[in-house]
Amino acid sequence: MDIYLPIANMSVNALVVILLGGGVGILSGMFGVGGGFLTTPLLILYGIPPTVAAASATTQVTGASVSGVLAHWQRDGVDVRMGALLVLGGMFGALAGAGVFSLLESAGQMDTIIAIMYVVLLGGIGGLMARDAWAAISAKKSGQPRVARKRRHHPLVANLPMRWRFYASGLYVSPLAPLALGFGVGVLTVLLGVGGGFILVPAMIYGLGMATRVVVGTSLFQILFVTAITTLVHALTTQAVDIVLAGLLLIGSVVGAQLGTRLASRLPADWLRLGLAAIILSLSLWLALGLGWRPSEIYTVQAL
Amino acid sequence: MRRLRALLLLPILFLSIAAANPVLVPDVSQRKIDIVYSFTGAELLMFGAILYPGGRIPTEKADIVVVLRGPTQPLIVREKQKLGGLIWVNAESARFLSAPGYYAIASSRPLDELVDERTAAIYELGVKNLQLSPASSEQPETRRRFENGLIDLFSKSKLYDEQPGSVEISNGVLYRARLAIPARVPVGNYVTETFLIKEGRILAVASKEVQIDKSGFERFVAESARQYPLLYGLVAVLLSLLLGWGAAMAFRRI
Repeated sequence: MDIYLPIANMSVNALVVILLGGGVGILSGMFGVGGGFLTTPLLILYGIPPTVAAASATTQVTGASVSGVLAHWQRDGVDVRMGALLVLGGMFGALAGAGVFSLLESAGQMDTIIAIMYVVLLGGIGGLMARDAWAAISAKKSGQPRVARKRRHHPLVANLPMRWRFYASGLYVSPLAPLALGFGVGVLTVLLGVGGGFILVPAMIYGLGMATRVVVGTSLFQILFVTAITTLVHALTTQAVDIVLAGLLLIGSVVGAQLGTRLASRLPADWLRLGLAAIILSLSLWLALGLGWRPSEIYTVQAL
Repeated sequence: MRRLRALLLLPILFLSIAAANPVLVPDVSQRKIDIVYSFTGAELLMFGAILYPGGRIPTEKADIVVVLRGPTQPLIVREKQKLGGLIWVNAESARFLSAPGYYAIASSRPLDELVDERTAAIYELGVKNLQLSPASSEQPETRRRFENGLIDLFSKSKLYDEQPGSVEISNGVLYRARLAIPARVPVGNYVTETFLIKEGRILAVASKEVQIDKSGFERFVAESARQYPLLYGLVAVLLSLLLGWGAAMAFRRI
């Protein structure tokens, strides 16, 4: 069934887009990530203009994170104070990101920069996850319990002035740390169309040293608000939000997310994480190869 | 007043028919092509009649060339180069001020058999004769390289198309040609041109307008996004929140 996308100015197979959203939704339900990092490159691969892909994927991430936020909220898994600071930082990040976006667009380096950022981010995060998951699995096999990493924040964070208490997170740190983290993730949300969960969660655990109980809920809280703001920023600046494309993706992904949550409770967590790491690493490798390979089209056209 | 003008024009019309040159009466299957939600491209039938003076069809058959041309737009063409032997990045670029967003040409015989290069260039017959108005002052060969890149790219997505030999002429007076319009066409006012060609000379030219526009829901969405961006963004956010929440509620029951 073909459907014409009014903003992307092209027709796509609705079933393919819904299935794509569904697949990403299953992964996001299983691993607790928004899945934007998969949606954007896959949409671009399908032939959607990169700007429209990034903008519409952002809208989809908002919907995919709603049910997660609700669930974590009900069991007190959101540090609202921390979350609000992250959102505030993310708001400024989204605005700054929009500036960077138009700068890169006019210089014609958008696709290269996006691809490089994806390779670096996905490669780094995937590598960390794989190492972590593998260590957990081999510890279980050898029967020796893993030495738990002592929870403390990074020295860089500890040295920041003006400390606040975050009771839910069990922290006493400067509010500048979550503000800066939120800012960075906000920039990425605009540029890459990702929620940033795959950066936020490790940064909260290893950087800030937050209590794991509130990490996922707070990160989803930030993602929900920042992707919503980013959709507005895109609607106002690039005007590239395709509501039909986002709707199709959402139909697939909200259903997929629910299925994924159910699947996740039946599968071993460590192997699951290793699986996600493998997906992320292969995506990163594929994008890296794409940069080095001679592209099928040397020329690209951009309307002025 | 209008009738008076028509009356005044009538003898001129007869005179032109009576004169040595034949006249073309073109038409199209659709004056307006609507892009709706199910749009996957369209096919435009261009047809018409050749009116010879006195109704006498010459024994030597003339040829017909039809052109469908979309609105022009300024654009920038970028060329990727390998940087440091590692990755491919956009390096050089060239600007063109008036590249048509769509151009299709069909003819009853291959173009190079019909007209010489000069005539083809004057009337912009053929994809390689398009006047793209390059803005930058580069070397002619550099400009040519970028032009070829642009034409190649647009030809691959069927936005530029040449179909030699696809115009049918029946009994020497009625002609018809079908042009395919892909789903990615830009919206706007399109112009069709029909040329009657004999022995390398263009005997008659006639044109007709075709409008391609989004309609219905597609038009509504595209206009809202442009005119009320904040409201449009809010609706998009609300839609995603509702769908996400709805799915969570629906699955809680199961």
